[in-house]
Amino acid sequence: MSAFSSNSSGQRFHHRDTLSKAVGAERYSTDFTPPGCLWAGVKRAGVPHARIIAVHSEEARAVQGVTSVLTRADVPGTNRQGIVHKDQPVLAGSVVRHAGDPVALVVAESREALAEALACIRLECEPLPGIFDPELALKPDAPLVHPDWETGNLLARGLVDKGDAQQAMQACEVVVEGEFETPMQEHVSLEPPNGAARMTAKGVLEMIVSTQAPFRDRFEIAHALGLNPMSIRIRAPYLGGAFGGKDGATVQCLLALAALKSGGRWVRMDWGREETFLAGYKRHAARMRIRLGATRDGVLQALESTMYFDSGPYAHLGVEIMALGLEHSGGAYRIPHTRMEGFCVYTNNPVGGAFRGFGVVQAIFAIERIMDVLAARLHMDPGELRLKNALRPGEQNCAGVAMQSPSGACECLETVMAHPAWADRMAWKAKAPPFKRRGVGIAASCNAMGYGRGLPDAAAAKLELTREGNFKIFNSVADMGQGNAPAFVQLAATALKQEASRFELVQPDTRLCLPAGSSSASRTTYTFGNALLRACEAMREKLIARAALFLLVDEPNRLCLKPGEVADEATGRSVPLSMLGAMLQRDDRICVDQFVMPVVENPPDTGKEFKLGFPHVFFSHGACLCAVEVDELTGQVELKECVTAVECGRVLNPRGVEQQVQGAAAQGAGLALMEKFSTQGGRILSGDLSTYLIPTALDLPDLECATVDGDEPSGPLGLKGMGEVGIHGPAPAVAQALGDAVGLTVRSVPVEPEDVLRALRGEKS
Amino acid sequence: MSKTITLTFTLNGRQVRLETRPGTRVLDLLRGEMGLTAAKEGCGSGECGACAILVDGTAKLSCLMLAAQLEGREIVTAEGLGTVEHPHPIQASLAENGAVQCGYCTPGMTIAAAELLAHTPCPDRGEVREAISGNLCRCTGYVKIVDAVMAVSRTTGEKNS
Repeated sequence: MSAFSSNSSGQRFHHRDTLSKAVGAERYSTDFTPPGCLWAGVKRAGVPHARIIAVHSEEARAVQGVTSVLTRADVPGTNRQGIVHKDQPVLAGSVVRHAGDPVALVVAESREALAEALACIRLECEPLPGIFDPELALKPDAPLVHPDWETGNLLARGLVDKGDAQQAMQACEVVVEGEFETPMQEHVSLEPPNGAARMTAKGVLEMIVSTQAPFRDRFEIAHALGLNPMSIRIRAPYLGGAFGGKDGATVQCLLALAALKSGGRWVRMDWGREETFLAGYKRHAARMRIRLGATRDGVLQALESTMYFDSGPYAHLGVEIMALGLEHSGGAYRIPHTRMEGFCVYTNNPVGGAFRGFGVVQAIFAIERIMDVLAARLHMDPGELRLKNALRPGEQNCAGVAMQSPSGACECLETVMAHPAWADRMAWKAKAPPFKRRGVGIAASCNAMGYGRGLPDAAAAKLELTREGNFKIFNSVADMGQGNAPAFVQLAATALKQEASRFELVQPDTRLCLPAGSSSASRTTYTFGNALLRACEAMREKLIARAALFLLVDEPNRLCLKPGEVADEATGRSVPLSMLGAMLQRDDRICVDQFVMPVVENPPDTGKEFKLGFPHVFFSHGACLCAVEVDELTGQVELKECVTAVECGRVLNPRGVEQQVQGAAAQGAGLALMEKFSTQGGRILSGDLSTYLIPTALDLPDLECATVDGDEPSGPLGLKGMGEVGIHGPAPAVAQALGDAVGLTVRSVPVEPEDVLRALRGEKS
Repeated sequence: MSKTITLTFTLNGRQVRLETRPGTRVLDLLRGEMGLTAAKEGCGSGECGACAILVDGTAKLSCLMLAAQLEGREIVTAEGLGTVEHPHPIQASLAENGAVQCGYCTPGMTIAAAELLAHTPCPDRGEVREAISGNLCRCTGYVKIVDAVMAVSRTTGEKNS
């Protein structure tokens, strides 16, 4: 267990990209506007479910400056996009399935002409009855989102189980149950989806896109538009945030289509904020029923849970997200008998998709809430109940996979329970000012790392010694702000014993870099980092072997790398890297290697429906405490303290961990108290940043972060992924804290002042 | 649509004279015709602060300003505050204190912070939070941004004392 300061063996490290970003010199894809480029935009349906009769575009075509107006008939290829399940049209032609469906694509010489043309396009359609609740969508008489899908509105059902939950539940001394909901959540990456594209004279489709998956995009675009994926080149500069919202095609297929029809000219597409709300992917809303059985002294015995995920009208990553939801239904706890069933359901709501925590946010909220119900029933301290049941190394999680060491669930809980905000909470609560009430809550969490079984979680890294004796890392996984790019420099600099300033980082470019998976699933630093370290080792061997030729040393292994040189300590002689760089041919200056993440070797005999992404072998762990102060007169809730402890393997760069944990906790706090994504009949009521509120600097306290040292033997220098685990804590911890403060029973988030006032008046929620 | 006006203003210390349509958004003028891309578009409706610039020393949202409003004014963008070689203290501090993650909000954040420090050289954390509360950041949770501004204020304070 560690203290709350920077406590790790790791060193603080910052990369020069932070300065180029701070002075505004870093170029994002949104900053790439070639002279004379065209502008593309989309007309969106605006109705949630309808049969398209016609898309009237004559007036738009007549607008001066418009170069093309494209509809479904103009789309070559399958017109179907989707990462795994290809059911989403690039342009809708016959049916509209949600209000954000695109029905026409306009390309114009200027943004003014584009806007004018888009405003003239008229969709003639026959409204169809819609379905907006995932459970109602499963009723026999529900309107069908995809009438030809053989299981109706059921996209997928999944079952993950272990032991005999039903029998074990009956034998339990105490059984508690509850129904909980988590809402859609909007990513609000500050940079909206955007990109630029053109067809080159050689027939290559060249794209610069704000994307989390440049290598995968080629295949998605190629499938949708009938192109050769290898004739598509994608570059992904630093992203202005993403959080999962750019995992999958946003502008890609539309922009590619526009470029195909634009005679070699560059075309730009920028989604506005409201368009992003309308058409972008959302965290899946989920409804969860959960039963938890335990002994009288609080030892968990059995879990039964049912989860309904609202996929919206397209699959996107819904099935895979449900798999993680089920896999995390038991949270960070040891539960011998489990049965978790999930339903991923088509509706006419906005499209569900990846968002930091990928199904786990939903599951952790439900299990943590039911743990609170159990603690209350047993009159146990909620922290002690969690600690008593927290998974230890070697024990099986709810899906039947044994936790490989390290498994820091207990240490994370102990860390936050030792924090004064938890240890001294009685005194703090007693000091609440007039008309205020205070409460403190605690939650535990875990988050799988990597894609999981069924999908190779692979990366290939390329490292070049430049002619000047510096190094170029060809990064294959986009940096959306999580800092993997500087982490790669740190890993390589450490491995090669060089100053970080010697490294240049080439951002993902499918022509220059080697293939790797997406920037997602808390996997980038682990997977690409391992590949890079292997390439570094190959580079080290090469450099000493070549230096040995110069130094006439017949035992290259006695040579070692030092900053800027290869040295022979026995003789005091050395060869500068610049000399090696100048001497070697380019082929010889490059090292490549790859890494494929291990998978569970003997997977449990469950979850067979999930071909991709189940189960996982590595998990990061976390615990969170939140202290809140409630205004009795207004119902306003102020988050006074938020402390997150994480175990994510070895900490190489404490600041990097703090950055991710603080950012994740802020998004979790938003989910807990502010971010109300409202829809009514498939229409978004909170479609911009004046109605969908995310935390500002005045809404958050100084979020604290503590790390529990672990050491993952398979990880690069011992680390694991940690981009996601920090988001889970605030929602359940705030919920518990509000129960503590005013007796509010929180079943869904965000909690609003009205909910608090009702609790203060003694009304049932 | 085609009517243009001639504007004269100071941009990052240099006198500028240009012809443009009076209704052009300042954000588009900067990012397009002027090639200055530090000011970012995050919402286009004055909610996020990513497009902030200094107008006569006051932070303004360039997505809500029209070109005609620039006449005779003194404009500073994040590029005008500093460069990689010669960063403004607030830019250097944000970079060094872990306050930059995706970095998309950062230029706007530097503008808000620079305005604050020009008027209040030694703010407390609450004043910093208030000053940057119009600038949304989705990556950092704001802690390190506040730390970074406080670090500059301490440096400035020490110099002044």
